[in-house]
Amino acid sequence: MTLQVITGNHAAGYALSTAGEANRTARGVACGIYPITPQTEIVEYVARFPFSKGHVVPVESEHSAMAVSIGASANGARAFTASSANGLAYMAENIMVAGYYRLPIVMVAVNRTLGPPWNIWADQGDTLMLRDFAWLQFYCETNQEVLDTTLLAFKLAEDRRILLPAMTCMDAFIVSHTQTETDLPEQEAVDRYLPDLDLPHRMHPDEARTLGGLTWPHEELSMRLEIDEAMKRVPSVYEECRQGFTEVFGRDPGDMIQTFGTEDAEVILIVSGTMATTAREVVRQRRADGEKIGLVKLKMFRPFPEAALRGACQSATKLAVLDRNYAAGTGGVFWQDTRATFHGHRDDMLVQNYLTGLCGGDVTPSVIDDIVADIGGRSEVGDPVWIGVDAREETIQ
Amino acid sequence: MNATAPGTPRTDDCLLRPGNTNCGGCGMSIGLTMLDRALTEAGQSCSLVIPACCGIVTAGAFPTTSYGVPTIATTFASSPAVASGVAAIRDLNDEPGQVICWAGDGGTYDIGLGTLSAAAERNENIIYICYDNEIYGNTGGQRSSATPAGARTSTTPWGKSERKKDVMSIMAAHRIPYAATLSVAHPEDFARKMSTAFSIKGMRFLLLHSPCPTGWKSEPEDSVLLVRLAVASGLFPLYEVFDGIAYRINVEPDETDPAEYFHRQRRFADDEINLDGIRQFCSNRMQRLRALAKQQSADA
Repeated sequence: MTLQVITGNHAAGYALSTAGEANRTARGVACGIYPITPQTEIVEYVARFPFSKGHVVPVESEHSAMAVSIGASANGARAFTASSANGLAYMAENIMVAGYYRLPIVMVAVNRTLGPPWNIWADQGDTLMLRDFAWLQFYCETNQEVLDTTLLAFKLAEDRRILLPAMTCMDAFIVSHTQTETDLPEQEAVDRYLPDLDLPHRMHPDEARTLGGLTWPHEELSMRLEIDEAMKRVPSVYEECRQGFTEVFGRDPGDMIQTFGTEDAEVILIVSGTMATTAREVVRQRRADGEKIGLVKLKMFRPFPEAALRGACQSATKLAVLDRNYAAGTGGVFWQDTRATFHGHRDDMLVQNYLTGLCGGDVTPSVIDDIVADIGGRSEVGDPVWIGVDAREETIQ
Repeated sequence: MNATAPGTPRTDDCLLRPGNTNCGGCGMSIGLTMLDRALTEAGQSCSLVIPACCGIVTAGAFPTTSYGVPTIATTFASSPAVASGVAAIRDLNDEPGQVICWAGDGGTYDIGLGTLSAAAERNENIIYICYDNEIYGNTGGQRSSATPAGARTSTTPWGKSERKKDVMSIMAAHRIPYAATLSVAHPEDFARKMSTAFSIKGMRFLLLHSPCPTGWKSEPEDSVLLVRLAVASGLFPLYEVFDGIAYRINVEPDETDPAEYFHRQRRFADDEINLDGIRQFCSNRMQRLRALAKQQSADA
């Protein structure tokens, strides 16, 4: 282990590259790469990594970046890429292919506001747009969590009980470009954690199989059901991968949901990404003052950790779901799934949505205080509350 | 090496198996059979990378397949990029066998042109074969930029007013090691060019004039005759280009009039085809190709 002060992008590049290098004793690593702010440093890191058995293809678009990684992965290689915002939108068609082909590709996504108009700051709308594409999704809070989760994502994605691609997400600039002290594992440790990849359904010269031809409805239905079954296995396999990580690296990569003060909390904040750092500090201070308030950080979003979330919120009657994203016509995406999680289980639970930090806005302690004050005074749920929008006259009559 | 070792030529299977659902008179079926023969004669194995097109429907429905080789379907615009990944891992593992993209004109001239251009510029170690039936056949016969002027399609119901795109010139301009045209009416030329392609590393582009009775509104038994007429009249010249600069014309047109080619296809309305203009265009293009072959001959 080496402690270095590095950015989130550097941490992601290091994790992707060492994971790829770890497959040098098997079929190697190949990937397509394409730059976009604010993830560019990730693919630059990958491009200069001296792979023993690897080939990095600097392609002409995000669509092709994922396509190259699909070709490599389908041929049994370890494969990955990175992207952000409109790059993810352009790549979307092939992101879906990776999921439905059950290829354990890992992608680091830096959450950036989708344009137009153009804005490079943090917003989770880009990856949440891809939530239904049969990928696992993890939202990270720190550089260390990006590194650890990316390595863990390979382990989980490649597990034969799962075989689904995985996305590690981080907030633009707040993580991607901020330098913090990060523990970088040695290649030898990564080698031990990530054994040779042996993809059971890879293209093989002796096997005249056609991957992705026509299917009848009943055949494809069973393939979708298999994805659902794999998704349901994720929480238990995640826990195995987490324990294995701790044994190899001597550090806990964190649970799929992370709680603070939930054991006696009446009000719980549901957060993700870097908002968690700020919100946790506010909760800490309020608890010191005797308030019964807690926090849940949703690290894993796909599959949605329903059982764990319900278990963590047993003492609460009110949940404030903070979304750094907006699904037009409804509200925040984390809120929608949180509401569904408690429906039919805890119909007394007040699940209120707060849209905050959208389009790169700051989520400050005073924002969290406002949210806590708002939910404290509520006796019933209302429309999603937009934070940071000044009172203004209706402009559209 | 035993009979099932990776890369061993197939002995008991064929690339396009019997029982596939391709239309009668489909040029792609003939092309795949010729490709199979060329692979067998060269002792080569292959993997197919096929984007959205009739060629992936050819495989038939899961769990059966009409392809006797490893095959992967890709999204419409992605076959050269997926093939880049497949070829990268084949090469990293020192495995033999060709990685062959098999794509229609829609995936080549139109939606996939950017991806193809990028793979050509990177000189990826793949073979790209476009079976050009001059129409979006898989969706029922709409125009593509390979559709010739005058042809009626479901999206050009009164005849297409624009000319066919010259994709060979575009590919040659990338200075890839090898670009050539193919016709199923010229099997020996086809076999020789595949053999040449197998012997070269890097990006190889082959353009196959592929008759489509369904889209061309022609008789299935006329398919080979039609593409033979296209070569003989200069409508579809057979030539090859090395490194984008050295040209060789393989079959000189023999003064055959292009009129019969048009008369035999109901996609063309006789009274709307400017035969004089077409004759002049063919003549000018052959002169240009001859000049290029003279300037820097592939035989030099």
